[in-house]
Amino acid sequence: MSRRRVVITGLGPVTAHGVGIDPLWSALCEGRSALAPIRSFDASGFTAACGGELPADFDVKDLVPKSYRKATKVMARDIEIAVGGALTAVRDAGLATRGTDPDNPPTIRPDRVGCHIGAGLIAAELDELTSALATSRDAAGKFDPGHWGQQGMQELTPLWLLKYLPNMLACHVTIIHDCQGPSNTITCNEASSGLSLAESQRVIERGAADACLSGGADSKMNPMAYLRQELAGRLANCAKDADATKAVRPFDAAAAGTLIGEGGGILVVEAEETAKARGARIHAVLSGTGASQSWCEDTVGLVPDASGESLADAIHAALRDAGLAPSDIDAVIPFGSGVAALDALEKNALARVFGAEFATKPLVTLAPSIGTTCAGFGAIAVAVACRALSEQRLPARLNTAKADGLDATAAPSAPRSLRHILIATPSLGGQNSAAVVSRAS
Amino acid sequence: MSTTKNNRRVVVTGIGWVTPLGHDVDSVWKRLLNSESGMGPTTRFDARTFPTSFSAEVRNYSIANFVKDTSVHASAGLNSQFALGAACQAWRQSGLDGFAGLNRRRVGLYLGAGEGVIDFDNYAASNIAGWNAEERKIDGVRWAEHAHRAMDRMREVEQEPNMPLAHLAREFGIRGPALNCLTACAASTQAIGEAFSLIQRGDTDVMLSGGTHTMIHLLGVTGFNRLTALSTSKGDPTKASRPFDATRDGFVMGEGSGMIVMEALDHALARGATPLAEVAGYGSSADAFRITDIHPEGRGGAASMAMALAQAGIDPHARRADGRAAIDYISAHGTGTKENDSIETRGVKRVFGTNAKDIPMSSIKSMMGHLIAAAGAVEFMTCVLAIRDGMLPPTINYGTPDPDLDLDYVPNKARSAKVDICLSNSFGFGGQNDTLVVKRFTA
Repeated sequence: MSRRRVVITGLGPVTAHGVGIDPLWSALCEGRSALAPIRSFDASGFTAACGGELPADFDVKDLVPKSYRKATKVMARDIEIAVGGALTAVRDAGLATRGTDPDNPPTIRPDRVGCHIGAGLIAAELDELTSALATSRDAAGKFDPGHWGQQGMQELTPLWLLKYLPNMLACHVTIIHDCQGPSNTITCNEASSGLSLAESQRVIERGAADACLSGGADSKMNPMAYLRQELAGRLANCAKDADATKAVRPFDAAAAGTLIGEGGGILVVEAEETAKARGARIHAVLSGTGASQSWCEDTVGLVPDASGESLADAIHAALRDAGLAPSDIDAVIPFGSGVAALDALEKNALARVFGAEFATKPLVTLAPSIGTTCAGFGAIAVAVACRALSEQRLPARLNTAKADGLDATAAPSAPRSLRHILIATPSLGGQNSAAVVSRAS
Repeated sequence: MSTTKNNRRVVVTGIGWVTPLGHDVDSVWKRLLNSESGMGPTTRFDARTFPTSFSAEVRNYSIANFVKDTSVHASAGLNSQFALGAACQAWRQSGLDGFAGLNRRRVGLYLGAGEGVIDFDNYAASNIAGWNAEERKIDGVRWAEHAHRAMDRMREVEQEPNMPLAHLAREFGIRGPALNCLTACAASTQAIGEAFSLIQRGDTDVMLSGGTHTMIHLLGVTGFNRLTALSTSKGDPTKASRPFDATRDGFVMGEGSGMIVMEALDHALARGATPLAEVAGYGSSADAFRITDIHPEGRGGAASMAMALAQAGIDPHARRADGRAAIDYISAHGTGTKENDSIETRGVKRVFGTNAKDIPMSSIKSMMGHLIAAAGAVEFMTCVLAIRDGMLPPTINYGTPDPDLDLDYVPNKARSAKVDICLSNSFGFGGQNDTLVVKRFTA
């Protein structure tokens, strides 16, 4: 018995270019960058005061069903992104769910729909928390736990904790769309959404679900979360008045850090046979996934594995899973952050996999346009790959002037014959994820 | 062929834990069978004025007793520390340590590890320093200035929930697929289940899996106190966790880690390892109901139990040849909240029908507290030990029967029993439900 093939039928990326694949794809093809001074907090005390926030008019209340508006009060930004992405993906897939079409029976039985959403470490909103903490100060102005235990904590809404648990992304999405199948939350930093898509693939393959809402979302637009990116050495030097659209230069010899973008995406992934049976439009095939763990000299991976050996293992595993050879891959979407040590890791991994062919594999870089999207990366990249495969076109590349031995320098969008696209990412912590997305036949 | 791989049998070849009742498998198991409690006053922060000022803390613990070289784990947060101790025990028992033929690319990790402990003192001080009282908001520049000075790079990075993966990978040289899931209280049951399916699929031969977590810190307890999920019982903390009792009033926070080594049976036998038990089934579902409430009929929990039993080939309504019910023991989620225990009872009845009353079901959370993301792994391990020793751990503090809860909760005293097949449940805030079925290994 051959294994069930898994296809992608719904795209719901949410990025600095807006909600859905259309605004993202147009911006990528036109070579526009959404990176700009950060609005949601004054970031001028950080190395980078610029990043890729969602458009100012993004409001999750406009997207959710009316009956669910009240629940948006307990959504951290990360949850809003996942919820918006899921609604978009489900509509794109033409699925009726409790969330998109409550008056009709669902297209797929609820217990046959799973949900796998990667998440970051969500930081609490500082205004809300500090307004409570500030009520519990002693005479010297320091925080007093005694007062907090007795009184101060009452200032927090009873559901406070539930805004920040990483599994609340999937919780809200499963409630809105009535997904009663297997549901999971993967928290492996930048590898989170890629690993979530791989889990959806396995769950569908083993028959525990016929479709999954799958992907990830992350927002570091919070001083605490943002500081962690700074401490991890990720941020480029980019003051408020600098040109943020030029700041991120993946694989450039002079790459000097990244800017953070909030975002993510949910995709509808489905067993090919059930997708075909319902006459779904198939964007692409999720033909293989792979994962591995790097050896990190410093244990935690702040100093990335320079050899790229384990990321290459993950890519080889994805190729094996897809039954493909490196020469079958027509383009690669790497993490491509512009953080020199991560770029080097990726370059070494890809060189191991592709050997002499490496110089001719086009790398599609997203970070100069939307920033580094952390746990949301893999889902956004897969959505872009789906559109690239159906349009038979590569998006434009920005900023990179010189990338020795790589097809990664700035270039306009161009038509290209594309059968298989590889998406791969390392992560802080050493987990690697890879996926191959193939043109729908 | 994938079909062959999907039929691969998976066995447990090592177990280990670090818990409020101790740091090695057998002494903790003895204390569980002796009905001992690990609860006491909270010492990790000043909780004296909190609605809940007690918990079950891990005491007198050091990774120096376990790892080869503490220097590579110098920055480890508590979650990683607990995980290292538990994993070293499991790894040693599995015999993989001395197995020269181990292909580390075929060894994976799947954990349900929690987020780390926030550096609260520096965090609160930075927040207060950045607080603009008039505008009632944080001044980002003042905040950043204070935080840059106060906060430590390693302490921040160690809060990422994937850091226990990094520490375990480093300790054991693991190079295969590595994942962490964080589905609240269901996390490590889910991790074991998904690790099991990675081996079945043929992606790996060996998985180190389990969970690790502490939420015994100021904001963790604040969060659960605000949700009114914790027991606020006055008096003796060892009496506070009362699963299935009519007077139950919430869970008691525990902390720690449970880790297991799981292996494809062919791999284990080829290297001469001793299987401790066989993982027979895994089920996972979502309530898709409400953010805070469980579906009143226990729909999601019943679905995950049914799925796990089906995979194990067990008909829950059937009786075995010797007259026993379909399974011998349920390690309950059994948190001791009003809602969980009654809905779990309802779900078990829904799945097992008339068999339910003959299946003992206990909650070790009555003794160890709720290890949150790590709870499922530790509870799965008690099933392995119940099969090994033919003993069922009790639910302690059971005094006042709840008229609606009429199953056999193994009240107060351990019991000997013929144990071949067990089921372990975990249900998480947010509506994830996960169930594992584990059985005696027979060739």
